[in-house]
Amino acid sequence: MTESINSNSPDASADTEVRPPALCLDEVNKQYRTAEGHVQALDEVSLTLENGEFVALHGPSGCGKSTLLLMAGGLLSPDSGTLTIAGGHPYALGAEARAAFRALHVGFVFQQFHLIPYLDVLDNVLVGELAGTGGDHRERARELLDAFQLGHRLHHVPSKLSIGEQQRVALARAFLRSPALILADEPTGNLDTENAAIILEHLGRFAASGDGAVLMVTHDDRARAAASRSVEMRDGQLV
Amino acid sequence: MNLARLVLREIRHRKINFALSLLGAALAVAAVLATIGALRSHDLQTEAIISDMEAATQSEMKKLEDEIRKSMKGLGFNIYIFPAGQEMSEVYADGYASKTMPESYVSKLADSKIVTVNHLLPSLTQKLEWPEQKRTIILIGVRGEVPIAHRDPKAPLIDPVVPGHLVLGYELHRSLGLKKGDPVTFMGKEFTVGDAYEARGSKDDITIWMNLGECQELLGKVGLINAIQALECNCATLDRLGEIRAELMQILPDTQIIETQSTALARAEARNQAAATARQQIESKKAQRAQLKAERQKLAGVLLPAATLVSMIWIGLLTFINVRERLPEIGILRAIGVKGRTILGAFLVRAIIAGLVGGAMGAAVAKFVSPTILPKEWLIAICLAPLLAALGAWLPSLAAAQRDPADVLRHD
Repeated sequence: MTESINSNSPDASADTEVRPPALCLDEVNKQYRTAEGHVQALDEVSLTLENGEFVALHGPSGCGKSTLLLMAGGLLSPDSGTLTIAGGHPYALGAEARAAFRALHVGFVFQQFHLIPYLDVLDNVLVGELAGTGGDHRERARELLDAFQLGHRLHHVPSKLSIGEQQRVALARAFLRSPALILADEPTGNLDTENAAIILEHLGRFAASGDGAVLMVTHDDRARAAASRSVEMRDGQLV
Repeated sequence: MNLARLVLREIRHRKINFALSLLGAALAVAAVLATIGALRSHDLQTEAIISDMEAATQSEMKKLEDEIRKSMKGLGFNIYIFPAGQEMSEVYADGYASKTMPESYVSKLADSKIVTVNHLLPSLTQKLEWPEQKRTIILIGVRGEVPIAHRDPKAPLIDPVVPGHLVLGYELHRSLGLKKGDPVTFMGKEFTVGDAYEARGSKDDITIWMNLGECQELLGKVGLINAIQALECNCATLDRLGEIRAELMQILPDTQIIETQSTALARAEARNQAAATARQQIESKKAQRAQLKAERQKLAGVLLPAATLVSMIWIGLLTFINVRERLPEIGILRAIGVKGRTILGAFLVRAIIAGLVGGAMGAAVAKFVSPTILPKEWLIAICLAPLLAALGAWLPSLAAAQRDPADVLRHD
């Protein structure tokens, strides 16, 4: 599996072109109101992921990792500070336009996979087409699934797949549109060593292609080791 | 990948929820159409009942008319036409007119356009002594009913006596020991007893009926009669005698008219009364059925919206459950860029399919239960069912579409 799985991206040889960072957070803050009072989930967080980076984000539970991930995914607006994804400002857009922005520039991978239980493998990968941003991605989906050794499972529903296969389907879904940014929340949390290694390898390969970056929240030391950079978070701050 | 594919796959996956939605829509449509059908059946039933009643009334009236016509034989006639110079005191004393008039008068009447009377019977009556038996009798020569030319012929009210025959009143045949078929001599001529009547308790019991021609010959009054009896009055006003006189005087100016035996007329009027009563009963039945229909419509006016509302709430509840079950799915779809309106569409399309298929099923059931439903009503029900299903599913679908994906993903 040496071929690029990010083949829809601009030619890597055109590296003379200066591209904006995949993700850039500049002094962002996020506060939640709870019954006990205000909780500062993110406190003056600044983080930049250049294309090609594979960054592991770790820290204790409740330190703000998930908040940071959701914010990076254009799903949770910051109270203050600025955030760009591939040079774009998702929070400057309306809800519908931001959804389209996410569809084009962000891929998500979750610990629970979040596959649609009644769709087969191929349709789960193609479900992003419902975003209505155009294009026929069927061939691209088949290529990805072949690359993830799921070519023979195209018409199986998730319940017929192993845990590792399910996570690979989720990964293919995230990669489909060759986004600038892959956000992975504990992607190996439910996997055995072998499958975790496969997922980490694919994430690393995606980042290495230079077409985008990966931000991975993890508690897994193996995952941190696979990343090109590791960032620790405590009490809403990067340390 | 498209919305329809997503919806259809989901329906196949969550069959029970969808089947329950179908059931809700089917029951509502079936209930609505069956109620409409029941109301229409009520109308048809009413028409059938009224039609039966009218037919029964018509039949009863016909029967009554026939009975009246038959009873007239015993009751006599209500109009007598006598020669112009006849003293009526003599008629009242003797029971017949001593003066005569030409038999052709009856033909003149029958050939006229007379409308105020229905039946014409010429007769020649005379009280005399039966010479062979030495006893007083009343001889009546009759020729039966003379049909009025411009009307449909009816069965004669009094059967003509066959020539060569006599019909004897009760006292005569009883006292003389005569019976039907016996030979008898009257005024020197041989006759056969054609019939022997039962006792009537009137002068009929001492009466001999004879063929008019033979009677005229025996009495030496060939071509003459002394009365024309007429029955029934088709009068427009209460002054029926005045009307009859006015009409008859134009045709037969050389006659006079008296009214007798009003019982016959009363019977005829009773028939009209019976017809009026029957009409009233029909109207009453119609009113009763209309009231029953109004009550049913009132009940339907409550039940139909209730059934529709319950069905909408049911579909809304099932959609809500469906939304709850699919929260993670909604979260991930929203996260990967699927717009809120697409999510809304997915749930509404699902509800519309449930309404359409369920509505068609309900319409099929209703057709089986109540065949009187019109195709137009089926069509409307089948078209409205998906619309109402979408309305029922609207709120939970909207809530799903507006669900914050960050909130869903954070809590999952």
